[in-house]
Amino acid sequence: MKQVTMTIDGVEVTVEEGTTVIQAASELGIEIPALCHHDAVTPYGACRLCMVEIIKNGRSRLVTSCLYPAEEGLEVKTGSEKVLNVRKGVLELLLSRCPNVKVLQDLAASMGITKPPFEAENADEECIVCGLCARVCRDIVGVSAISLVSRGTHRKIATPFEETSNVCIGCGSCAFLCPTGAVKLEDVGDKRIIHNWKVEFKLKQCKSCGRYFAPEAQLDYLRRTLDLPEDHFELCQDCRVETVEDV
Amino acid sequence: MGQLKAPSELEKVRQDILAKRDSNRPCITMCSGTGCSAYGSEKVFTNFQTLIKEQGLDGQIDLRRTGCHGFCERGVLVVIYPDEICYVQVQPEDVPEIVSSVKDGKIVERLLYVDPVTGDTITRESDIPFYKHQERTVFGNNRRIDPKNIEDYLALGGYSALAKALYQMSPVQVLEEVKKSNLRGRGGGGFPTGRKWETVRNTPSEPKYIIVNCDEGDPGAYMDRSIMEGNPHSVLEGLVIGAYAIGSHEGSIYIRNEYPLAVENVRIAIQQAEDYGFLGKDILGSGFNFKVEINRGGGAFVCGESTALMASLEGEVGEPRAKYIHTAESGLWGKPSNLNNVETFANVPLIINDGASQYEQVGTEGSKGTKIFSLVGKVNNTGLVEVPMGTTLREIIYDIGGGIREGKGYKAVQTGGPSGGVIPESQLDLPIDFDALTKVGSMMGSGGMIVMDETTCMVDIAKYFTTFLEEESCGKCVPCREGLKRMREILAGITEGRGRDEDIATLEHLASVMKDGALCALGQTAPNPVLSTIRYFRDEYEAHIKEKRCPAKACKELISFYIEPDKCQACMICLRNCPVDAISGGKGLIHVIDQDKCTKCGTCLDLCPTRFAAVTKLSGEPVPPPPSEREIVREKRSEQ
Repeated sequence: MKQVTMTIDGVEVTVEEGTTVIQAASELGIEIPALCHHDAVTPYGACRLCMVEIIKNGRSRLVTSCLYPAEEGLEVKTGSEKVLNVRKGVLELLLSRCPNVKVLQDLAASMGITKPPFEAENADEECIVCGLCARVCRDIVGVSAISLVSRGTHRKIATPFEETSNVCIGCGSCAFLCPTGAVKLEDVGDKRIIHNWKVEFKLKQCKSCGRYFAPEAQLDYLRRTLDLPEDHFELCQDCRVETVEDV
Repeated sequence: MGQLKAPSELEKVRQDILAKRDSNRPCITMCSGTGCSAYGSEKVFTNFQTLIKEQGLDGQIDLRRTGCHGFCERGVLVVIYPDEICYVQVQPEDVPEIVSSVKDGKIVERLLYVDPVTGDTITRESDIPFYKHQERTVFGNNRRIDPKNIEDYLALGGYSALAKALYQMSPVQVLEEVKKSNLRGRGGGGFPTGRKWETVRNTPSEPKYIIVNCDEGDPGAYMDRSIMEGNPHSVLEGLVIGAYAIGSHEGSIYIRNEYPLAVENVRIAIQQAEDYGFLGKDILGSGFNFKVEINRGGGAFVCGESTALMASLEGEVGEPRAKYIHTAESGLWGKPSNLNNVETFANVPLIINDGASQYEQVGTEGSKGTKIFSLVGKVNNTGLVEVPMGTTLREIIYDIGGGIREGKGYKAVQTGGPSGGVIPESQLDLPIDFDALTKVGSMMGSGGMIVMDETTCMVDIAKYFTTFLEEESCGKCVPCREGLKRMREILAGITEGRGRDEDIATLEHLASVMKDGALCALGQTAPNPVLSTIRYFRDEYEAHIKEKRCPAKACKELISFYIEPDKCQACMICLRNCPVDAISGGKGLIHVIDQDKCTKCGTCLDLCPTRFAAVTKLSGEPVPPPPSEREIVREKRSEQ
């Protein structure tokens, strides 16, 4: 693989071609804030927090570091005045949308924003419409139970026609990746409830230890797609490890 | 008609068509563009057809439905050749008089155009000031051809540029010619077309796609629509030449679904072009293959953006993506894709036929050729206008547009669509081209031009465009989605009298975040209406904020309707027509508006007889209390 050398905040770094700027920066220990980005999911460039200034052929512009590929000789500034102006502006807008979300409050505070500059339409709003949940559901889980619907300020995440999803397997990837805790997942006894998608799943009980460890629908889906034997998921992941070790 | 296999066959077909036609025989042409259709051109045409048949005039008088002429506000437009007699606002019942005048070689005086500025009656279409000051090289053939009949296009030398490109030029030579012409994208960006073609051609990946962008969505703009409806073959010819230059064999025409006539006409045109061998396999016997299909847009403004358009073509939601890898290298289905606007393609046959050096003669240093503008708003003559790049705004608005309506004062012109900016009077002598418009804080865009007079409030207009963009934002990125919402809230506050001192600074801050931070051109240019109105009309913002006054007296919440006691003649008209019974008074009693009841609909102002002109709008000042003596003392009978 071809290697390219570039500088980030004055420090030289050599990475494989195809690496994104945000990944290259993290190799240097430079942390660039981002909310809609996750290494497991295709980059999207929606939250605009990870914007950096690049200088190329003597011309400077702002790009999203989660999408911009590392290039030979590229000069990157992660904290220039222009970068901080956009980052601060984006956080002001996000905090005004979701004033009670901790991660936004903390990020905003780090930029010196103590209170939302605009009035929230709904102070309980937690979703920033970054789309991570829908992307992981489509790209990694492969079921597309939820997606982004409507446009502009009406944009939101929903199941088709906002009805109970009949393809959701209850895996909880959406809740796991959600940066703001907007996806509400709850395991109660032998049930898993994901309130946002109005779904409820029966959890499978481990034959050995007796705990409820995963939705039956998810295990069925895995057995089906990976062509596993019928009794593959009789044990929870911990007990399975023990069984394997015993052998 | 068999497929043509050589340029000589094309020329023969053209000669045959011309031989069938007698240019001295009277020909009644009627515009059948969308504007004239809305005025009832279909009925006018049927009447012509029936009458010509009834009177046995077939073969003596020709009848032709043409594309849009551009002077839409005067539709239905009828032009009689060879004398080019132009009738405006023709009604179905005018048809018998027109037909008999054609028979007798006379003119129907009452249907001729009367210049509202000079009062002169004008007979010939090209003498009408609206047309006289234009240079209609791209758009001009619209009025000569029936868009549903390829023979009309061939008669004017259609597809000869394609024959020339295929037989006398290599693809690279075509590319070089377009590069040399300095043709820039007419869709708004102004990117050099030849350079885009070159990138696509040189990207080592197959297949390559070529796409026509007819997703025109700017409010009030309909240039592309009129070309597509009126002269679809000119676009197809440019498209096939482009495909040949870049080495593409598959193309799409992306038309918004709200343009049914454009879809219909281009569908017919594609069929005819295939029948003649201008599309499909072995085009004109050259061995070059190219097929094209029509895709209808689903109704989102942002789908005119290249990456969103391509996502839409792939069946995905029409949302933009970052263009760090250009669509010219990786676009539709991840393949090199060339996207040009309708008008850009329509320029290509001209460049190939006349040569780049000829084409380059017209225009400015950085912008060559002509540009079609959609001139609308408060001007006397509205419609489509084609002028050389470098023409001044004053020439367009005053010479062609005939100046501001009702003798009011000019305030500004919004160019470049909703993401453009306003241009004040001080810049009227600006020679317009891509770069000059950007320099004054606006842009060329696709060529929308909305003229505003002194009664237009600049804060209100910024609010209008911001609201439009907020509704059309796809909502993917934060600065555009949330920024436009906040901008619109602030602007609404200012126009409703809730403006705060810090509002202008907040708007400017939001604008900087959107400009630098938004994902696509829609969001990056969305602050333009706000920034340009602040730049040129800051005093209007300040009047709203500090004095709660709307200088244009347009913002409802900041104005009051008031009846001046010394002018009111107690005629009862306003009183009887007020929809909320807010006006008190009676015969002989001066009328007074109850400000608490008034909904500011303006009916009283509209209906007060102009000879009294007693109703006025007040802004930023208290409404005087009603007069203590309401009875009108008439010393002598007024001259009413």
